[in-house]
Order: sequence, then C-alpha cells, then structure tokens
Amino acid sequence: MLTVIVDYESGNLHSAEKAFQRMAIETDAGQVLVSSRPEYVARADRIVLPGDGAFPACWKELHDHRGIFEAMDEAVNQNGKPFFGICVGMQMLADISHEYTDTAGFGWISGEVEHISPTDKTLKVPHMGWNDLVIDRPHPVLDGIKTGDHAYFVHSYHFRAAKPENLLAHCDYGGDITAIVGKDNIIGAQFHPEKSQSAGLKMIANFLNWAP
Amino acid sequence: MLKTRIIPCLDVADGRVVKGVNFVDLVDAGDPVQSARAYDAAGADELCFLDIKATVENRGTMFDLATRTAEQCFMPLTIGGGVRTPDDVRDLLLAGADKVSFNSAAVADPDVVARSADRFGSQCIVVAIDAKTVSPGKWEIFTHGGRKATGIDAIEFARLMVKKGAGEILLTSMDRDGTKQGFNLPLTRAISDAVPVPVIASGGVGTLDHLVEGVTKGHASAVLAASIFHFGEFTIGEAKQHMANAGIPMRLS
Repeated sequence: MLTVIVDYESGNLHSAEKAFQRMAIETDAGQVLVSSRPEYVARADRIVLPGDGAFPACWKELHDHRGIFEAMDEAVNQNGKPFFGICVGMQMLADISHEYTDTAGFGWISGEVEHISPTDKTLKVPHMGWNDLVIDRPHPVLDGIKTGDHAYFVHSYHFRAAKPENLLAHCDYGGDITAIVGKDNIIGAQFHPEKSQSAGLKMIANFLNWAP
Repeated sequence: MLKTRIIPCLDVADGRVVKGVNFVDLVDAGDPVQSARAYDAAGADELCFLDIKATVENRGTMFDLATRTAEQCFMPLTIGGGVRTPDDVRDLLLAGADKVSFNSAAVADPDVVARSADRFGSQCIVVAIDAKTVSPGKWEIFTHGGRKATGIDAIEFARLMVKKGAGEILLTSMDRDGTKQGFNLPLTRAISDAVPVPVIASGGVGTLDHLVEGVTKGHASAVLAASIFHFGEFTIGEAKQHMANAGIPMRLS
C-alpha cells in the first residue's frame, strides 16, 4: 500500500509526513511518500492533500505542478482512491472560494469557502488554537473520535457545505465552523490532524486503514 | 468553543534549554527535545523554542532540534530567534517548525513580514514584540534582547505588523520578563484590543493567578511561560485547572 502526500510547495509538510509515517508503521498500513510527481500520485492507493496559506496561492502552486491535479482527479474520481484534504487542501474540495478573489475549487464536495465572521465581535480571526469537535455524522475515519475531542485549527476562511449530508463535524466559534466534510471516498479536515495530538493521530490511522 | 492556550517557552542556546532572568544569568534547564516530549505528554497546547544566541554557526543546531521535536511531538511548534529573511522561514518550516517568529528583523525591515506572509501564509508568521514602558500608558519597542531602544510605539508597531501579514503577536514585557511579578497588563490589554489577530502574553509569570490575569485583564488569547514550568513549580495540568476554575475555557483532556 502506498500513501502519497502531495507536495506542491504549500507550507510545511514535515509534521504531516512524520505523523502519517508514524501511524502507517503503528497500523501496518504500508509506505508513506511525499511527492510532487504525478506518476506517484497516479500509483498511490491513498492521497493526502495538505495546504497552508491563502487559497489562490495554493491553487496556483497546485496547477503550476503540471499534471498533478489531473493525476489526483483520475485517482479519486475514476479509480475511487481514498482522499484526505487538510486545511486549504480540504477547502479546495469546494466549488468556489471567496478568499481575496473568487477562485474555483475542485467542486468535489459542493460548497463555498467563506470568511469566518463570528457573531461575537471580540473573537479574533484567524480562528487559532484548540477547539472541541461536535460530530454530526458517523464516519469510518472518525471511528473512536467523539464530540468534545479537541483539534488544532488555524484559519480565517471556512468551508460552508451546500449539502448537510457532507458535513461530518463542526465546532463553535461565534457560530458553526465546519471542521470535517466527507463524501464517498473523499474526506477533508479544516484542522490539522498532524498537530492535534491523540485525536488527530487516531483520525490519520483510521484514514490509512479506510476502505470506502 | 476555542480554548485559551498555555505555551511553555524553551529558551535555547547551543542546543540546551536556558532561561535568563532579565536575559542574563542563564541557567541550564535541560535537553530541549526531552522537555518538548514532557510538555507534549503534559497537555501543553503549543511549544515555543527561542534561539537566544542565534548565530550563523549554530543555526544547524536549531534545525536539528526542530526536526527531532517534530518527529516526536504532534503539536504546534513555534521557533524564533535570529530569523531574518523569508528563506530563514522556509528553512525552519522545512526543518519541522509550524510557525516562525520574527523579532529584530521585523523592526529593521517591516516588509520582511509581508514577503514571508505572502509566500508561506499569515498562519505561520508570528511577530515577537519586546516592549518597555516609557511613560504611563506608553510603550516602546526594544530590540536585541531588550538592550536597544527604537523609539517606535508598541501599539502602532503591532498594528503595522498585522497589516504586513503577521498572523499572531508574541508580546513580551521587558519590564517584567524574569521578575515573576506578573504580566504587564495595561500593555497586554492595549495590544490585544488594538489588533484583530491573537496575542500571546509573555514576560513576568510567577504564579498561576498571573496566567489568569493575562487573559481576563490583559485580553490575551494565549499565555506563555518558561521558568514556572521548567523548574517544576507548577505543572501544565495545574495551570490549566487553575485557569479553568477561574472561568477561562481550557483544554483539559
């Protein structure tokens, strides 16, 4: 089994790499590779798309790595490979993002990426730190993760899913903030599982052993 | 609900943890990676390494520390000290840092913050502001470990840093650092209320009530402390419970 973490020069892959490698060893889930090469993405049994920074910049970097989006698209949408988007990698699943300018997303999970605007104006944006999850729908990747478990968030925009059935978990920050979305073989987390200690590592282990 | 963060800070020189009282009289307080693991296990919300020597010759030591820490601790790690260019940010992120903190370089050239934030995102750019009271209700930026006055107003500078793309402000009161008399609360509140991004209060923690005040009176989003944790006066768990008892939302599990 080969899990490829897609490297398109967006932020820090080191902690994601170490966390996935550690859980792959612990659960005997095969090899974890960080790569920017479409041929590795095409061969992957599982794909992880991280992403830090602004949506338009991430989108541009991803499309500057020729062939990598097409390889992901084919693996996920034709061959049904499990896909895990993290932070901006999760937001890119949406139809469109309104960060700075309107940028089209993959459109794999219907929704829009909008600025966080807490009803309580004393709340700071970015939403940065540990927040407790509210699990909305059971999912194999959330096995063992329960409402009240904490995850580490750093973001100013969030995914507003168009269909309630795609919303798997949220948290509260002056209103609901989408934490996890999912559809078929695709899952995405707004928070950083690789920095979320035990709950995050559990989610990573579940993904590495998920057979949708 | 978002929880208030407790961040133990490890001052590092030559690969070892130290903590200076007013930045002199350094005392060796142990191995950074071992300390990081202990804090991870104890439930610290983030970790911060500050390279207080930060010479070109010992940069490699910091990269190695970041890498070894990131391999063992799955929690956010901020590294600061001697960060001057966007390439320094890149090197530290690649080594294993999650956030990188600018200090003197941001005072000398505020645009370095903008260039770094554009390239790597605001979420990983922290600006550490060292401020001293110059008259009641007025604070100025000091650099070089608090030795060099700049004449720059701390509130204006904090606003400028956020405009340039800082995602977080690490605010140290140089009047209080190492004194154990508590945070400079008027300063902390003035900066916290002036900027839309989270402010980490630092400098002067001696009791658990000081941590509480930093949030309730200083309006900080996170509190940073070193010696009260390093020397075992209080555990992270005790600090969190104390803050929770005071009505502050904390991550206790």
